[in-house]
Amino acid sequence: MNQIIDGLVKALQLIFSGNPGVYDITLRSLAISGAATLMALLWGTPIALILGLKNFRGKFLIKGFFNTMLGIPTVALGLILFLFFERETGIVGFLHLLYTPTAIIIGEAILITPIIVSFATSAIETVDPQIISLAQTLGASESTTSITVLKEASAGILLAGTACFNRAIAELGVALMVGGNITNLTEVLTTAVSRHTQIGDVEVAIALSIILLIVVFGITITVNFVQRRRK
Amino acid sequence: MTNTAELRSITKTFDETKAVDDVNLEIRQGEILALLGPSGSGKTTLLKIMALIEQPTSGEVYLYDEKVNEKNAERLRLNCTMIFQKTTVFNTNVFDNVAYGLKVRKTPKERIQNEVKQALKLVGLDGFENRRARRLSGGEQQRVAIARALAINTKLLLLDEPTANLDPKNASAIEEIIAKANREKGTTVVIATHNMFQAERIPMRLALMGKGRINEVGTPAEIFGKLSKTLASFAAVENTFTGNATSAADGTTFIDIGSEIQLQTTAQPEGLVNVFVAPSDIILSRSHLESSARNVFKGRIVEISDLGKLVKLRVDAGKSFIVQITKRSFNEMGVNLDAEVFLTFKASNVQVI
Repeated sequence: MNQIIDGLVKALQLIFSGNPGVYDITLRSLAISGAATLMALLWGTPIALILGLKNFRGKFLIKGFFNTMLGIPTVALGLILFLFFERETGIVGFLHLLYTPTAIIIGEAILITPIIVSFATSAIETVDPQIISLAQTLGASESTTSITVLKEASAGILLAGTACFNRAIAELGVALMVGGNITNLTEVLTTAVSRHTQIGDVEVAIALSIILLIVVFGITITVNFVQRRRK
Repeated sequence: MTNTAELRSITKTFDETKAVDDVNLEIRQGEILALLGPSGSGKTTLLKIMALIEQPTSGEVYLYDEKVNEKNAERLRLNCTMIFQKTTVFNTNVFDNVAYGLKVRKTPKERIQNEVKQALKLVGLDGFENRRARRLSGGEQQRVAIARALAINTKLLLLDEPTANLDPKNASAIEEIIAKANREKGTTVVIATHNMFQAERIPMRLALMGKGRINEVGTPAEIFGKLSKTLASFAAVENTFTGNATSAADGTTFIDIGSEIQLQTTAQPEGLVNVFVAPSDIILSRSHLESSARNVFKGRIVEISDLGKLVKLRVDAGKSFIVQITKRSFNEMGVNLDAEVFLTFKASNVQVI
């Protein structure tokens, strides 16, 4: 118990003293997870629009696939991606992405795509179907109608984006397997917590965990606040 | 007179059900046409086909003499707009709602400001620009929907039961706005309604719909002058009675509709018959009128509905009668709820259906 309290005190000292190592890791985590979320939104939202607005054969199977992928173990995905990125034998090894921040961004974006697709599809499906007719009868083209539907579903999509970011910043498997946890290059909050705990540097591990929790809770609370204001 | 729209042999099938069945109809430029029919008669589907947001299973739609196809539908749709029965507003403020169609048409910002302002003024919502549209009352939301349609200066305005969910006062205001748009901007209007009063009051022409088909087309006077079975089939709630006919010595016929009320008609029916008395054919008075009219009944006013220029009254004379009078007459008579009144109408006004 004492160790935890001591750890907490030292952790707070580390945070408030502006420790450069702690801040570097935090900023890297935010940048990587933010980029992964944007990437997933970029390709996940059009998929959600198609699944939410169109009727076609096999739609049920595609939705089922994304729903199943929601629970994929991060380590398993990390291993698959490692085999893809592996420099000697990987299919995309020639790109030399393994153990780079880009590899983590791509890996996390793939990990969170099912979240954005499933959540955004549900949000789009709950939009009043008459909104589509309304946009059309006011002269909107097909693309403008889709944008209008997205705007109507924006609350759900924002929530999906938040869930994606939180999942990305809190995951360990992908970052560890394709990032390699290289200090000052690919070390992010979760991998740093893991490493510092293993080497007995519990105070730093606790400090980084607190930051991780503050980021996750902070973003969720901010999004909730924004949603309330919009209502 | 040129046509704004023309429907040729339009059929629309949903699964096995024919919602619209071989409809041919011309919408003349600048007119107000009412599609009158009961729920499920295909009015909404027909309006959606005219609005080019629903494709017919077969048949041809012409808009301004141009045949609609997949390639030109998006462009031609800019000439018409539809207001739905269930009011739908975008989840934004009133200004953005009304400006939507103008933004889609890439209208310059300054003009958008002006058009939105004018449209909101026309519907009596000036000053509502920054209010959240979904927080407004049903009547106000319906006005936003109308302002949104009027702002784009549409040539063809299609309205699906625009006053169905509104109180009489709001309904009357909306009707006045529609009539004004037609009068001042020359907007062609097609209005779907199951409200007989509305259909008699607003349009220049009426199309009676039933089971996906158009059964009759004519002026309100033509349609209501000789009540058809199609009309009676869904308008039976108001001033339509059933009773046994008995010939009188003077050549007229008495129809016993129950509650000790006998209607006298110049028609010569036999046996069990349905009869109709147009609400506008009934004279309302505070005292017994000495006249040639054969039907005079005493009753009490049980309901008063303000319809703008007109007032609709329900009078309980043993049977419930609907009477329609002008607001001026209503005010001059000074009658109120529960007031004792006399209903007078001629035997020739009792139509056998």
